[in-house]
Amino acid sequence: MGSLRARFTPYALMLPGGLWLAIFFVIPTLILLQFSLMTGNEADGYQFTFHWQNYSDALSTYYPQFIRSLEYGGTATVLGIALSYPVAYWIAFKGGARKSTYLFLILLPFFVSFVLRTISWQFLLSDNGMVLGPLKDAGLLPPDFHILQTSVAVVGGLTYNYLPFMVLPIYVALERVDPGVVEASYDLYSSRTQSFLKVIFPLSLPGVFAGVLMNFVPAASDYVNAEVLGGPDNTMIGNIIQDQALTVRDYPTATALSATLMLALLVGIFAYARALGTETVLQAAAR
Amino acid sequence: MTTTLTPPPVQPPTPPKPRAKLGDRLLFGYTWLVILWLCLPIGVMILFGFNQVQGRYNNRWHGFTLEWYAHVFDLSGLTNALEASLIIAVASTLIATALGTLLGVALGRYRFRGDGTSNLVQFAAISTPEIVMGMSLVAFFVQLDVPLGYLTIIIAHVMFSLSFVAVTVRSRVLTLDRSVEEAAKDLGASAMGTFWLVTLPMILPGVTAGALLAFAISIDDFVVTNFTAGNIETFPLWIWSSQKNGLPPQVNVMGTLIFAGGVLLALGNAMAARRRPA
Repeated sequence: MGSLRARFTPYALMLPGGLWLAIFFVIPTLILLQFSLMTGNEADGYQFTFHWQNYSDALSTYYPQFIRSLEYGGTATVLGIALSYPVAYWIAFKGGARKSTYLFLILLPFFVSFVLRTISWQFLLSDNGMVLGPLKDAGLLPPDFHILQTSVAVVGGLTYNYLPFMVLPIYVALERVDPGVVEASYDLYSSRTQSFLKVIFPLSLPGVFAGVLMNFVPAASDYVNAEVLGGPDNTMIGNIIQDQALTVRDYPTATALSATLMLALLVGIFAYARALGTETVLQAAAR
Repeated sequence: MTTTLTPPPVQPPTPPKPRAKLGDRLLFGYTWLVILWLCLPIGVMILFGFNQVQGRYNNRWHGFTLEWYAHVFDLSGLTNALEASLIIAVASTLIATALGTLLGVALGRYRFRGDGTSNLVQFAAISTPEIVMGMSLVAFFVQLDVPLGYLTIIIAHVMFSLSFVAVTVRSRVLTLDRSVEEAAKDLGASAMGTFWLVTLPMILPGVTAGALLAFAISIDDFVVTNFTAGNIETFPLWIWSSQKNGLPPQVNVMGTLIFAGGVLLALGNAMAARRRPA
């Protein structure tokens, strides 16, 4: 009796949360796939007709936005690694007793709404605003110089918004590097550079990979930065999906675009996870 | 008599103690630069809540005033949006914390058939782009003819914050000393009694941290809410729809208050966790 009960306990504990995820995450994802093969419109209703043309139409019309999303997301992610690594390194190895204080400072932006932070950048970077205004007055920049409405502004915004999600996983990986291993490399006459390149960096790679996931996925599918900081030449696939779903209300096109985005990202993630061993990615992502 | 001269033992040259004091100082300065960069937009938001705005656009400094703090609730649309955000955040945090805690305990404590699948689903829920989640939920609710509104927003928020609570609780459960629970059972406590009186107090810092995380994610969420909201406007949605015409300074004030509240809660929780060793 007791053992039977013990055997069922974990399932009972998992049931409510598991059901919630199954009903409101797994099933809607399947319905998304189903919807993407339907024809019809809001007024006349939708029929499931295996309409693969939704995909070919959506892709042939919007492939520039797809490519742009991957480019912007990729650039922001690479910039994120370059900017975050030294910070994570310094906090992990030299932060001393203040490690959690530094991490807290890195996380401060999360206490302000994402939309509000992005609008704040729009304000800071505006054509005659706090940053560009004085530089233009001083004659250091031509009067028609602008950052808003360019890809620089959008990629900068993406890099900014997801940076904490890069610092944290790299920090966690570096923090777990056994100091004894680093010490051993010094005892074996490695220079600081060598022990970084051959010992510390390889051990931090799971963190970098987790950071890449946590940056690339949301950055490539973002539409807030492109809308607030970019111009008509900077629309990303997220802007199109948002517009098709909420303004045009063309659900078959919107779902086909979403499904394509999701599949592209999933294939990338699984290739990644395979190359690395799933367990490490899951662990790093879980932290 | 010959003295045998033993050659002095060959001393291995001591490995050079690597040091890079300058490098450390550069990294220190760089870290602070990045922190400043991260906090710059927050500083601007706070500062311009104290601005004597003239006209429609709050984009030039005209002098210090506390007027907007006194009149923070004057714009009914904005106030309603903040209320909606708070209702949704409280409701979804309560549900997500309850469900996520049970899930976290199950995942941290037991090895069982299917825990791989559950890990995978949670991982997928964390790594699926928000816009795809939003789109899926819209497709789902449209198919079922569920009208979009509070209910659909709360369902969505519970769905994506559940995993964060579960992950936080699980990592706390993994650090627990199980013998304490066994002692409780040996002393005659029932399974339920052990959970409420022993396990829950021990994992409480993980549970509150998870709840805070869920609350923060909910009150800040834009993308999924934008898709599932229907006619309801939350704080971020109100900002989004009004930004083209210039945002009133009350938005800065509310943003500042949410920021201050969040920071204080997080610090309080961290201090409480420190005082209560695992």
